[in-house]
Amino acid sequence: MKPIYYNLNDLFKTLTLFDGMGISFHHHLRNGDAITNLITTEFHHRNLKKLRLFPSAIFPSYHGILTLLKADQVDTITTNYLNGPVADYFAKHGKPNSLKMQTHGGRARAFIEGENKVDIAFVTAPTVDREGRASGAQGKSACGSLGYAIEDVHYASTVVLITDNLVDALDHYQIDGTTVDAILVVESLGDARGIVSGTTSITNDPVGVKIARNATNLIQELGLIKPGFSFQSGAGGISLRVTESIKTLLRDKNITASFFSGGITKYHVDMLEEGLVKTLYDVQCFDLDAIKSIDKNPQHKAISANDYANPNNPHRIIKDLDIVILGATEIDLDFNVNVTTDSYNTIIGGSGGHSDTATDAFVSFIVTPLMKARTPIIKERVNTITTLGKHIDCLITERGIAINPRRHDLLEQLKDSHLDIVSIETLMARAHHYTGSPQKTQPKKQPIGVVEDRDGTIIDTLYTKE
Amino acid sequence: MKPIVVGSLESSDCLITLTPSKTTTITIESIVYDAFGDAIEQVIKQTLKHHGLHDVHVYVQDKGALDYAIEARLTSAIKRYRSEADES
Repeated sequence: MKPIYYNLNDLFKTLTLFDGMGISFHHHLRNGDAITNLITTEFHHRNLKKLRLFPSAIFPSYHGILTLLKADQVDTITTNYLNGPVADYFAKHGKPNSLKMQTHGGRARAFIEGENKVDIAFVTAPTVDREGRASGAQGKSACGSLGYAIEDVHYASTVVLITDNLVDALDHYQIDGTTVDAILVVESLGDARGIVSGTTSITNDPVGVKIARNATNLIQELGLIKPGFSFQSGAGGISLRVTESIKTLLRDKNITASFFSGGITKYHVDMLEEGLVKTLYDVQCFDLDAIKSIDKNPQHKAISANDYANPNNPHRIIKDLDIVILGATEIDLDFNVNVTTDSYNTIIGGSGGHSDTATDAFVSFIVTPLMKARTPIIKERVNTITTLGKHIDCLITERGIAINPRRHDLLEQLKDSHLDIVSIETLMARAHHYTGSPQKTQPKKQPIGVVEDRDGTIIDTLYTKE
Repeated sequence: MKPIVVGSLESSDCLITLTPSKTTTITIESIVYDAFGDAIEQVIKQTLKHHGLHDVHVYVQDKGALDYAIEARLTSAIKRYRSEADES
């Protein structure tokens, strides 16, 4: 039996709180999460200083973190993904060395290896039993997988589960309860409908459709669609369109894939239920269909960030990944990809699993329009490196495909291809033909933090905008 | 005479407003101003010159339109501006 509290004050009386402490959160309820705000607001009222925050991601609704920043109560934030008002605050007022962007796999590694030192993990848990076992798959605030919270539960000094659905005993759980110290029961964890934030539907935009078609043709020509292959795609509209095309291919050729990994959507679930893929390894559910599936389909498995992508875990799932489809905000002539900032230093996202999967997958594909609102996506040099170019293999746009010259094997395979394969310099010139050549943008300003690759290497610096 | 408004604020389009003015004046707001502000100004000046128009204020709210989109929007605005001016 774990201590159970029904009042935030009663819980906080039992916690050891001090300036400089580290606290962590996970983001599985995404923009619908109410708990990160509840807890950070409490830290604000208690006037704790120099806090080290370890949210796995920060979404626009996380105003409690913004309040702490404005009140100068934060020393550092270590996260995997960041957008909205907190990101805008960093772009304007970020202090030196106050932000570290990690990858999903890198965050798990840093917890396990003691680099992310967390005093209290506050874990939003949709269903909890009296032994501190927890599942994300059930409850009125179900979010599916709790993948990014598992290392927090195992490695934080103190672990508090927060739930709005306390049950006597759970048979199937994602958190085993052994390291849980306390349970807080609240009325509501938030609004699970807020999980579906961002683009989780297939694009019908003609440019997106053409990119997806080019990508599917390339994947086919590379002979990657074969029995037992594995695949991961993000939740972007183009990536999902590629996923749908692959579904049709699998049906037509009577092929079954071994697994899909990463963030899971309705489109992945449909393929599991149709028998086109054997297993889904789910580290985060991107929509409500995925959440329902994880509760009912035994082959839809919730996995931890460690099992998903920790580079020092020899059994990580993505080590066996054949294909990954990813996006880019910018890509440069060395194939470095930026999904962390725009071209003017505003933070708009972060790696998530971008660098993890690009590094491990046998072939990594970037799908993106050649230009977005006049801005050419190919730069001489990206503003911020999220994923090193040596891990990026193919760039697919609506006006041509470029293969990283490091991949002699792929180029050899494609030497007689009828696809429009050109150098990345040629693709950039094609973009400039329409947009004109961009003027040089403003110089970098005050450094505020770093981008850390999954193994702990610092690969770039983040700056303020003004 | 009422201002002439042409275009939209959709991504990759622009909204152009023409109002009478003693001399040519141009105001540009653009999401890509840092990278393409000079190019936008140039296409506006060329288009005005091509149509021989010297007495308007051009207000461009740009959402990343390509040059030929800006030129087409401005040309359309100029034609409407002239026909309105003829009627009034």
